[in-house]
Amino acid sequence: MGETPLSRRTFLSAAAITGLSAPLLSACGTSGPAGAKGGGKTVQAWVLVDEAQNRVQNVAIDDFNKGSSGKVKLLPISSDGAVYADKLRVSMGSPNPPDLLFNWGAGSIRNYVQAGGLVDLSSQLNADTTWKNSFLPSVLNAGQIDGKYYGIPMRGMQPVVLFYNKTLFAEQGQKPPATYDDLLKLVDFFKGKKIQPFALGGLDQWPELMWLEYLVERAGGPTVFQNIAAGRPGAWRDPAIATALSQIQDLVRRGAFGTNFNSVNYVNDGAGLLFAKGKAAMHLMGTWEVSNQVERHRKFAETDLGFAPFPSVADGKGDPNAVVGNPTNYFSVSTKSVDKDAAIAFLKKEMAAPAYVDALIKSGDVPAVTGIDAKLSASPQPEFARYVYQLVQKAPSFTLSWDQALMPQFKTPLLANLQKVFSGKQTPQQFVTALESVK
Amino acid sequence: MTTALPAARRGGVRAAEKSTDRAARPGVLWVVPAALFFMVFAGLPLLLVAVLSFTSWNGLGTPRFNGLDNWSRLLSDSSVWQSLRISAILTVLCWAVQTPLALLLGVWAAGRQRNRAVLSSIFFLPLLMSTAAIAITWLTLLDPNFGLAAKWGHYIGFPDGNIIGSPRGALGCVVVVVAWQFVPFHTLLYQAATRQIPQSLYDAATVDGAGRVRQFRHITLPQLRNTIVTSSVLMLVGSLTYFETVLILTGGGPGSATNILPQHMYMTAFRDYQMGYASVIALALVALGTALSLLIVRFSGFAKMRSTLEGI
Repeated sequence: MGETPLSRRTFLSAAAITGLSAPLLSACGTSGPAGAKGGGKTVQAWVLVDEAQNRVQNVAIDDFNKGSSGKVKLLPISSDGAVYADKLRVSMGSPNPPDLLFNWGAGSIRNYVQAGGLVDLSSQLNADTTWKNSFLPSVLNAGQIDGKYYGIPMRGMQPVVLFYNKTLFAEQGQKPPATYDDLLKLVDFFKGKKIQPFALGGLDQWPELMWLEYLVERAGGPTVFQNIAAGRPGAWRDPAIATALSQIQDLVRRGAFGTNFNSVNYVNDGAGLLFAKGKAAMHLMGTWEVSNQVERHRKFAETDLGFAPFPSVADGKGDPNAVVGNPTNYFSVSTKSVDKDAAIAFLKKEMAAPAYVDALIKSGDVPAVTGIDAKLSASPQPEFARYVYQLVQKAPSFTLSWDQALMPQFKTPLLANLQKVFSGKQTPQQFVTALESVK
Repeated sequence: MTTALPAARRGGVRAAEKSTDRAARPGVLWVVPAALFFMVFAGLPLLLVAVLSFTSWNGLGTPRFNGLDNWSRLLSDSSVWQSLRISAILTVLCWAVQTPLALLLGVWAAGRQRNRAVLSSIFFLPLLMSTAAIAITWLTLLDPNFGLAAKWGHYIGFPDGNIIGSPRGALGCVVVVVAWQFVPFHTLLYQAATRQIPQSLYDAATVDGAGRVRQFRHITLPQLRNTIVTSSVLMLVGSLTYFETVLILTGGGPGSATNILPQHMYMTAFRDYQMGYASVIALALVALGTALSLLIVRFSGFAKMRSTLEGI
């Protein structure tokens, strides 16, 4: 009896101490970078933690610091986008925000713009047309807020693409769908062969949103969502929304996603594995699916992974070349920056600089920079990189993922109600009513 | 030093003698560190949240007072009431699953046999793991195509493995994962309490011819009454603040089937950035938690703190 309670007590107190100190430590981590500022003119650039990307960003920073009195310092904050957004939020509300901040444009920075926290870069861009023209217009414009530029593209483009298993398609004598009717035929065909037509990570909710985004874009064009994002009254009642939602319900009823898609995750490779094992024929996903598959199922990625645009929809008002997804990530400059000029000079000098673009391409990204067709052969997936580059180049519009474009309070209701539509627990009309009531 | 020590000791003895009638309770000074800690890390934030609940604030700039807007919104917000209902169901289910399991395991683990010591140290392992790691591991198990859900789903009524993607299944998953994580802790409470029960009671019962089941019902259970209350308060009140498992496992889904009130509060604050309204939900949770623990303490007679060992 003697020694057991003692060891248990030490164990318990150890657990209590680690439990208690963990939040304190992480709190120190948040306040650290902001507090470490002051003295000298060093500009802090907040970015996501990503080993490959951070190395590329340091290429640009080293080059800039060599020829400038104002210095830039990289501060990787967190590898989790949601955690990064939370920490950025706290920091932006404090007197010491980061000078340069990595962001997703649109909804992710709209509040900061409204609070006067970000520098309007429009005049700088318009005065320096060489700088402005060095970025693909659809991507640069996707980062606009109320017609003004607050962000400079700083990473690769991530449109949503229809991936398919080309080996499986060849075996079955099928072609990727050019029209929505083709897509429906493929659904019935693969269902007959006991292969799930589409992999879908419904547990994570956001993969379902990609279907709504593309179907709305095809049915009604980019203005449908622009009206929603601008908060115009009745925007959710646009017939394109109801059409897209009914198409989704029809796809679910036809078994396009199997029956258990709401239990399948994307983040932990649930949907990716289904696709890689040939148990699902197609997968609608952002371009990061390629690096995921290369990392997790290299053989599949090299021999079987095919890609196609989302099919056109007959009678739809949208341009079949339009794309949705994440145009890119942006760097924005904070108005409270210790050295705004140095921060802007950095963006001007480096964001389209050959060395930075080359490093991005080598890391697998497809930068939103004009005239880089020839350079893309240096990409680890040159064929896919060129495909993405051309896809975005000829796209008349690039709609940002809705959950990022909308004001934050829409995110939860949007994803939860859409999931209810996918599970057949809600009608399109109920979805529209639910989203109209979000305040 | 050598002279001061005995003097101090004498003083201490006298003080102790003087206060024997007050059962040698420590002075107010002893409370100061804990009280300070509580004030700075619980009292003050609570006060600030109360102030925030009368404002509209998105986390940037200065909060703007908007009177009772947030409070009137709470009353008419059907999603809050739905979350409250889900929270209540989840709390009751968690209590009903964990209490019998932890009680039986704890009493069993209190035995001195060597195999029990080995097995119970294995049972306590989940206590060492982080909530996030546990939830992510379970997510992998629950994959309907490649996880255990694919193989065993049809035994429990989910032929296609769609457990975590169906409203009832998801709620069940949360109950199971939470139980898996916290049963060991409550087992520990019961184990310790069971070992405090004097052997003489069992000896007497054996002499009187009581079997194991009767000994459990008439000695162990009554002797564990205070522990049962403690453990239940921890579970019930804890379930009003605990949401990490839900956040990682289901994110409140499918739809909003597992959107418990703490999760709803978190999402309102840190996804919607409606700090004022989230503060109202937080205060509602504080009120609920306090009411619940007061109720339990009142109706279980725990407040009287009667010893279960009277007369021994």
